[in-house]
Amino acid sequence: MTVERKKIHPYKFSLWLGLAGIIMMFAGLTSAYIVKRSQPGWESFTLPKIFIYSTLVILVSSVTVQVALKAFRERLMAKYRLFFAITAALGLLFISMQIIGFYQFHASGKRMIGLGSNPAYSFVLAIAGLHIVHILGGLVALSIVFFKAFGRKTRNYDVVPVELIATYWHFVDILWVYLFVFFSLLH
Amino acid sequence: MSNEIAVQHGVASHEVHEHHDGHHHHETFITKYVFSQDHKMIAKQFLITGIIWAIIGGLMSVLFRIQLGYPEATFPWLEDIFGHWAKDGKIQPEFFYALGTMHGTILVFFVLTAGLSGTFANLLIPYQIGARDMASPFMNMLSYWFFVLASIILLSSLFVQTGPASGGWTVYPPLSALGDASQGSKIGMDLWLVSLAMFVVSSLLGGLNYVSTILNMRTKGMTMTRMPLTIWALLFTAILGLLSFPVLFSGFILLLFDRHLGTSFYLSDIVLGGNILPNEGGSPILYQHLFWFLGHPEVYIIILPTMGLVSEVMSINARKPIFGYMAMIASMFAIALLAFLVWAHHMFVTGMNPFLGSVFVLLTLLIAVPSAIKVFNWLTTLWRGNIRFTPGMLFCVGFVSMFISGGLTGIFVGNSTLDIHLHDTYFVIAHFHIVMGVSAFMGMFAGVYHWFPKMYGRYMNNTLGYIHFWVTLICAYVIFWPMHYEGFAGMPRRYYDYSGWESFKHFVELNRVISFAAIVSFLVQLLFVFNFFYSIFKGRKVTTLNPWNANTLEWTTPINPGHGNWPGEIPEVHRWAYDYGKDGKDFIPQTEPVSKDESTH
Ligand code: HEM
Ligand SMILES: [Cu+2]
Repeated sequence: MTVERKKIHPYKFSLWLGLAGIIMMFAGLTSAYIVKRSQPGWESFTLPKIFIYSTLVILVSSVTVQVALKAFRERLMAKYRLFFAITAALGLLFISMQIIGFYQFHASGKRMIGLGSNPAYSFVLAIAGLHIVHILGGLVALSIVFFKAFGRKTRNYDVVPVELIATYWHFVDILWVYLFVFFSLLH
Repeated sequence: MSNEIAVQHGVASHEVHEHHDGHHHHETFITKYVFSQDHKMIAKQFLITGIIWAIIGGLMSVLFRIQLGYPEATFPWLEDIFGHWAKDGKIQPEFFYALGTMHGTILVFFVLTAGLSGTFANLLIPYQIGARDMASPFMNMLSYWFFVLASIILLSSLFVQTGPASGGWTVYPPLSALGDASQGSKIGMDLWLVSLAMFVVSSLLGGLNYVSTILNMRTKGMTMTRMPLTIWALLFTAILGLLSFPVLFSGFILLLFDRHLGTSFYLSDIVLGGNILPNEGGSPILYQHLFWFLGHPEVYIIILPTMGLVSEVMSINARKPIFGYMAMIASMFAIALLAFLVWAHHMFVTGMNPFLGSVFVLLTLLIAVPSAIKVFNWLTTLWRGNIRFTPGMLFCVGFVSMFISGGLTGIFVGNSTLDIHLHDTYFVIAHFHIVMGVSAFMGMFAGVYHWFPKMYGRYMNNTLGYIHFWVTLICAYVIFWPMHYEGFAGMPRRYYDYSGWESFKHFVELNRVISFAAIVSFLVQLLFVFNFFYSIFKGRKVTTLNPWNANTLEWTTPINPGHGNWPGEIPEVHRWAYDYGKDGKDFIPQTEPVSKDESTH
């Protein structure tokens, strides 16, 4: 029984397909946004500063997840765990900052929901909110893999789950950067 | 190579040994029949769940056809069953709308998408490409259970006080966005949205697996161009689903926002019950774009798998190679591509810019070309074949007949000018029921009759199958043909009672004929259901490995294969799947090496 490694792992392949699906979802929303923007009644806006910082946080978390992956490949388990934990913490921080950002936005009179809300602001909440859900999904997957590594009696050096998570994490990171630039340019 | 892949990916890690016989791991009732990860079992679960949904959805259409056929009559027994929904033995308007909406939702999504793709993708992909199971059997199982979850939620919406969603299967806002707009826009609508969200998750999990399995796990020698057309069709279907369902999902999210968070994505300038609503700046047309961007690919998600099934079953039973194998693939590709570019033909009368409209007319009519190529290829496959008229084959022929009839009317509605008159009339109802509803059912029946022996090791009863076919075919035409005339006369769809309209009064009797045929065709489907379940337990047993003398790999597995499909090694493939009647041989299985003196195809 030889194990050939020339083809892409089916799980990774599935992940890429799944990412294509997510792209379509956000493509749908952002094109709806573009169409809406060209119609009367649109109000332009600038995002609160905190979104710049949250963008930095998520960018850093991409680095840490990459470090974790590298550590895992080199079987530096302590380091891997540390950086996985940091990544998770940064993810949580990002989510909190986004939510604070929403509140600031809302408080500055740009009502996103309820009476007097404008679709322009509602879009920010819907799109960025949906993005948060995707980060949460990443966090759940991350924790599962993280705690599994502790739970096993035998040591498990299967790198695939870690690679999957790293890829996904980079993806949601880039996705946010795209959305951020998008909101900033087309406000 | 196939073995390596199975090992490497841990598809079923217990199946790594060359001489594995597929039986020596323990399976309890729960892991075998309930939370099964075996693609064959999951296929059966999808099929049976789909059958149950089809009965429910079909029954609903019988109920609203009773109202349409007998608008004056009263049926006290209806009140006994449905209480205030059928007060005084008459189906109430709210009930009527709910029935229509649920009928559409159930048949389009739960039966012809999940029931159809779920069954045949799961059954055929691993079998026909030579894999022991799906790329991720676990995700596959999840896909089924999300479908069950979606089903339970939708089913529960039938029993809430205010009833299920009732704004049509497309749930257009503002009606669907405002709880006060109608009974069905209250909690029933929320349940509908949540159910469909779960449904989307299920389709995505399934679709990911199908694509990934087809592209990565083919057995040795199974190049892409040796794959049976069923697999090609399922591949395109899954890709369409992966790219379009998420867009639908985002449309639903915005709708949920509008319903519960007071946003105005889809709402503007509305007066409801005399009150002016505060919502401003939204547009209901936005929803239509998001919906139909899925909605149109969705109709091909429904029809493509059946095109694959029909091509396969037809070639086998005509004892001839499928005509134009490559053309079939190319036209499926063209259909899949164009499917994304025509959605606005559902919106010709929404005040769209006429120039834009003409672009969509062009693209829409372009789809007729690959569709016609396929029809041509099926007809030429039948031409001078040694046709075996099995029930499966009859349903293939029925499929082609229906697809032609419905495709022709597509060209009518695809014209933005004609569509001004035809939009939202019975003509559209006739168009899509023939081309999608009945055709897809015919293709699905062809598949069920044909692969039943593989699923259950027994045959279905032929005589019942013939009765099923002929009555279904005749009823389908009796039901839908006259609807074209009603549509020409301008009779709108979704109305509760036409007898009060001067222009449509004279259709009352025609409607009665349609309703009668609808009831008969529903009953004959029950005959099929009986045949299906009876044959599972009592059908004639299959005694040979390859009862139809077919070429594809599923017939090289044991009659009742275990988990892992092949007891020994996975067979290697040496040729395409359509060597029927070649060089004087009736058929040459894909596993047979090409001999030196063989002619090339
Ligand atoms: C020959 C190619 C076809 C053309 C040109 C075509 C064109 C159209 C057009 C323009 C409409 C909108 C009519 C209106 O609402 O006024 C329509 C409706 C529809 N078509 Fe087709 N069609 C074609 C084939 C198909 C196929 C193959 C399917 C399904 C397998 C299908 C399923 C539907 C459905 C479900 C609707 C109606 C949805 C609704 O309003 O509830 N069509 N078609
Ligand atoms: Cu369409």
